[in-house]
Amino acid sequence: MTTGRLARWRLVLGALVSHWMRRPLQLAMLLAGLMLATALWSGVQAVNAEARASYATAADRLGTGALPRLEPAGGQALTTADFVALRRAGWQVSPVVEGRLRNGTARVSLLGIEPVTRLGLTPAANDGGDASAGPGPQADLGAFITPPGQGYATAATARALDGADLRGLAIVIDADAPPNTLIVDVGIAQGLLGMGENLTALVAATAQPPGAPPLDRIAPHLTLSDPQAGSAADPAALTDSFHLNLTAFALLSFIVGLFITQSAVGLAFEQRGGVLRTLRALGVPRAEVLALMAAELAVAALVAGAAGIVLGWAMAAALMPGVAATLSGLYGADVAGSLQLRPGWVLSGLGMALAGTALAGARGLIQTARMPLLAAGMAAPWAQATARGLRLQVIAAGVLVLALPLCLAVGGLVGGFAALACGLLAAALVLPAVLDAVLRLAATRARGVLTGWFVADTRQQLGGLSLALMALMLALAANIGVGTMVGSFRSTFTGWLDQRLSAELYVTARTEDEGRAIRDWLATRADAILPIWNAEASLAGQPGRIYGVADDPTYRDNWPLLAAAPGLWDSLAEGRAVLVNEQLSRRAGLDIGDRIDLPGGALPIAGVYSDYGNPSPQVMMGLDDFGHRFPDAPRLYQAVRVAPDRAGALAAGLADRFDLPASAIVDQSQAKRVSLQIFERTFAVTAALNVLTLAVAGIALLTGLLTLASIRLPQLAPVWAAGIPRRRLARLDLLRTLLLAVATGAFAVPVGLGLAWMLLAVVNVEAFGWRLPMDVSVPLLARLGAASVLTALAAGALPALRLARITPGQLLRVFADER
Amino acid sequence: MNDASPALAEIAHARGIHKTYHTPGGEVPVLRGVDLSVRRGESVAITGESGSGKSTLLHLIGGLDAPDDGALSVLGTDLRAADDTARATLRRNGIGMIFQQFNLIPSLDVRANLGFQARLAGRFDAARAETLARDLGLSALLGRYPEQLSGGQQQRVAIGRALAGNPPLVLADEPTGNLDEATGDAVAQLMLALVRQRGSALVLVTHSARLADLCDRRVHLRAGRLA
Amino acid sequence: MNARRAGLVAALLLAALPGAAQERGFAGLGGDNAGYALPDRARGLTFPRDHGAHEDFRIEWWYLTANLRGEDGRDYGVQWTLFRSALAPEGPLQGWAAPQAWMAHAAATSPDGHHFAERFGRGGIGQAGVTAAPFAAWIDDWQMAAPEGAAGIDRLRVTARGGDFGYDLSATAHGPLVAHGQNGFSVKSASGQASHYYSQPFYDIEGTLALPGGEVKVAGQAWLDREWSSQPLDRSQRGWDWIALHLDDGRKLMAAQVRGDAPFLFGSLIAPDGTVQPLRQGDLMLDAGRGSPPTRWRVRVPGAGIDVTIDAVNPDSGMATSVPYWEGPVTVEGSSRGRGYLEMTGYPAR
Repeated sequence: MTTGRLARWRLVLGALVSHWMRRPLQLAMLLAGLMLATALWSGVQAVNAEARASYATAADRLGTGALPRLEPAGGQALTTADFVALRRAGWQVSPVVEGRLRNGTARVSLLGIEPVTRLGLTPAANDGGDASAGPGPQADLGAFITPPGQGYATAATARALDGADLRGLAIVIDADAPPNTLIVDVGIAQGLLGMGENLTALVAATAQPPGAPPLDRIAPHLTLSDPQAGSAADPAALTDSFHLNLTAFALLSFIVGLFITQSAVGLAFEQRGGVLRTLRALGVPRAEVLALMAAELAVAALVAGAAGIVLGWAMAAALMPGVAATLSGLYGADVAGSLQLRPGWVLSGLGMALAGTALAGARGLIQTARMPLLAAGMAAPWAQATARGLRLQVIAAGVLVLALPLCLAVGGLVGGFAALACGLLAAALVLPAVLDAVLRLAATRARGVLTGWFVADTRQQLGGLSLALMALMLALAANIGVGTMVGSFRSTFTGWLDQRLSAELYVTARTEDEGRAIRDWLATRADAILPIWNAEASLAGQPGRIYGVADDPTYRDNWPLLAAAPGLWDSLAEGRAVLVNEQLSRRAGLDIGDRIDLPGGALPIAGVYSDYGNPSPQVMMGLDDFGHRFPDAPRLYQAVRVAPDRAGALAAGLADRFDLPASAIVDQSQAKRVSLQIFERTFAVTAALNVLTLAVAGIALLTGLLTLASIRLPQLAPVWAAGIPRRRLARLDLLRTLLLAVATGAFAVPVGLGLAWMLLAVVNVEAFGWRLPMDVSVPLLARLGAASVLTALAAGALPALRLARITPGQLLRVFADER
Repeated sequence: MNDASPALAEIAHARGIHKTYHTPGGEVPVLRGVDLSVRRGESVAITGESGSGKSTLLHLIGGLDAPDDGALSVLGTDLRAADDTARATLRRNGIGMIFQQFNLIPSLDVRANLGFQARLAGRFDAARAETLARDLGLSALLGRYPEQLSGGQQQRVAIGRALAGNPPLVLADEPTGNLDEATGDAVAQLMLALVRQRGSALVLVTHSARLADLCDRRVHLRAGRLA
Repeated sequence: MNARRAGLVAALLLAALPGAAQERGFAGLGGDNAGYALPDRARGLTFPRDHGAHEDFRIEWWYLTANLRGEDGRDYGVQWTLFRSALAPEGPLQGWAAPQAWMAHAAATSPDGHHFAERFGRGGIGQAGVTAAPFAAWIDDWQMAAPEGAAGIDRLRVTARGGDFGYDLSATAHGPLVAHGQNGFSVKSASGQASHYYSQPFYDIEGTLALPGGEVKVAGQAWLDREWSSQPLDRSQRGWDWIALHLDDGRKLMAAQVRGDAPFLFGSLIAPDGTVQPLRQGDLMLDAGRGSPPTRWRVRVPGAGIDVTIDAVNPDSGMATSVPYWEGPVTVEGSSRGRGYLEMTGYPAR
């Protein structure tokens, strides 16, 4: 061919693209939809990736991420001698001591490691890469292991330990140290925690050299736990649910964004149908037209995707500190609050943008491919809903509803989310049919010509708006669902805090002697002193904590019990039974009457109490029994009952008398404030996503309306000609949008409440181990109703304004063009 | 290109053309053995009642559709055997098409629409386009968009688009059907004059007897055959 | 979570162990020795005391290499090495506070395979250590120890096991202990850095190698090196080449050079009866062949009529351990025939 194919492509592409130049708003919609979808998706992915990368940093560098652990079973001791015996038998293990340091009210995790054997556990240690990466300036193994030793900690942790008695330990500031953790040598840790020769656990190389004798021959009292099995102590297992939660929202947002893209792309194909036909009539092969349209879409996807990634990045950067706070507050997982650019993340964002565009454009491309060169009459516009289409959607929804119990039967977090997805999608699919039915019903009741026309016209437009309305419905339902969950959480938690933090003051001594002195001093000044001793222990195979509590009305009257055996507090005081928290009860399947293995012998469970915000198992026992079982547990912490109006003075007196730092005395209101803060932060991220999702739905609605506005002039013109002024038509149009939005909002309420139920009763239990009573908030629903009306108003305003300002000439042309 | 061959006096050749449409209401035979030959530079008007198959015949000659039976060759391309790409190539390089509904590209201005097919065929000549625009009386409208033009103006742009590349064959499907009589006459005169001036062959479908009379030859379609 | 991050701190600290800090001389051997005991020309050697650990010295090793012939007729080599590194000049000998770190390497080499493993250990808790009498050196389940009832180090049982290999060998000495340098005081640089250094080069050894292809019975000769110091290298010295040869005429030759701005050579020619002739700069010539590290060398001791070429049994005998080096068996051709071991440190990683 003499014609330069490239020149031809440029010409055709120019003709295609010129459409967008003439309709910049449509182009903006397409790009905005894709960009927002990509931004929401990749923003959340960035947050997730960052958090996950944070957990795995050390693991990646040393390959020690998933080291199996050896722990003593049922309260038996694990000693240095056990460690040596295992090593001498050929087992590649390294000792760990874990505990907690208190400095006033500050608690810092103490982690004792043995660096020499630790690094030998993995082959990665042998490549010397870490050393060349440049360790800290004065790493000194000798100073680390020889008393008083060195402790590695971040500056913040060091501040928290300021003034603590660490037996002369030198703290080395290390920005890479885990937050709120002091790392010392295993021997130093034993000393600081008063553990003698005891160890907490051994970490083991994943692959042990062949020929080592089996564990039960050398150390039968130790059990090997596989980290892959995902114990509750593993932050990944806990935080996974949080990330899954975020990802589900991101996906939802992405889908909502795709609705916009879909309507913009669909409209573009629809409007350019004639041009495509002309191009082919003028001699452009079908394959070229298709390829060039696909290329046009791909470019749009890449441009919008890139913009979306930038936006997502900004969003993630803004959300990251909140997420970091959430994760550390709720799960004790420590995540850096800053963001790094990861190529995989950029690629996934662009990939999603391309895949989303392909999805949105597929229909248009297929229609173009099938389009007959000679138009035999007008094909049904894409925006027209067909009865058959509605039926198909209802059938699909039915299938999804049938799949729902199946997902629930699968169980687990993934099953829960799959069920959520099924339910939401089914609701979205069935929405147009429901609205159609409502309108059909309205049509039979409609009196007056204008009303009748209004209803019929609305029904006709349903097809064009259904995608946008589905998006709005999903956004509203998500808002209702999550809002209800957060509300339920907050009200339950506040009530629980009131019950649980029933004492007026909580005082932490620095030493046991000081603790004794404080109790003596308080004896004459406070109404009651309630010692709260505690010790770490393995509970049903997971690391947890055992509390010894006094027998006092404070507990008898207030403790948030979910289930209680008769005579519970008496049997507790007499050392005949224990209480367990809900997490332990659910995870280990323990109920009242069951016996639980404890250090020093098993006891029956007499009650289960709620323990929100704590991922670990917990046991409460009588103070005397606790004293027998844990004679070495530090006795530093006590609750103080005093008349509330005297609490302030007593706290000041205590601080004066014992020179206690402010953090050593916590009053009830302060504790409640701090606790609530943590939970407010937890859901700040979700709230931000909710607002964004609603915004995206609003844009989808706007796109749909603009699309319709250009298509339905021929339907409006006769009404105008019949004597309805343009302003009135515009008002009617806005009213229609509002009514549809309100109807959609009404439909979203049950869907959203269903979503909330799923989140509270299925997802939450799977993720956190506790169930929340559902608290339906009318103000929340009202607020969201208003939000949906506002969204509709915002979306409907521009099309209505345009209609009000349309020139009679434009309306007249409808008749002129009519053939 | 085929039009470069001096030996080819016959630009379009149709023999025994059959075309039946398959509709939900059953088979509708439209053409039942049409024979037609169009020579270089000749103008042929196809007339007939509505539904007589005029447009169908024109579409077949233009390679927009394929006959069910019979031999059809246009500018040396055997259209019974040609695939989509070959037919597109023929349309692009050999044929100028003028539609009843003008079919301009709404997002391109008059200038771009005028030059579009010539550029597509790789035969755009700025000076020729300039002359053509002047001859069509469009010089003042080059920056406008189709929606800003009257029907007659739009059809003049469509004619210009078809002729700008000097195609050996121009096909016009009821080119004045959307225009009022006076405008239609003026446009038709202009079209014929320009086609003759360029030596292109013209096949036009019309039910205007006056327009048909302006052509060199006139064939009448009745019951699927030429009379 | 936190436990995982602890790995970072471990890495940080281990960089201070004999590793990585190449700029301080190979494996930190040229570093600061303040407070540690220093080698003393007048000290001499006392047994069995000196078979044990010298905790007041900074570094020390027990280094056994064996040239073996399998019942399959192939040549094999075995290495068993225990390094001790003091982290502080003084401190308790028992408990986690003992400032002693241990590292061990084991290797088994055949003409077509080189298997090695590395172990780390802490002193003071019994995981790794050395006792002089009865002699035992161990880390984890690896050990080199005198069998029950055997005095000194004339008889040894040597075992080690890695991921894909293991061995269990018994050695019996047929000659006396050999003191290098001046009564065991071995100078390592022109500026006077030195170590205490003695060997037992007269072992006959036999036992079993477990290799990926199966077990093979082996027998041959072994050489034990004992060396301790606090700073054997000068700061400018980058590495060394060490050669220990069993010549077929019954003589043993230790030849070594420490590479610095100018190479510093030293060695010992040991008669079949154990008489030592110290070799100094000028008595001894070492010429490296091609490659880095060079696995072929020309070794000459003109005064003793020795001019031999040594060749690696397996040129791929690199030890990719935390401190990488090359160590493997060699064959000897030339004025004498025989076999031996070659060790090369401080070459740029390939």
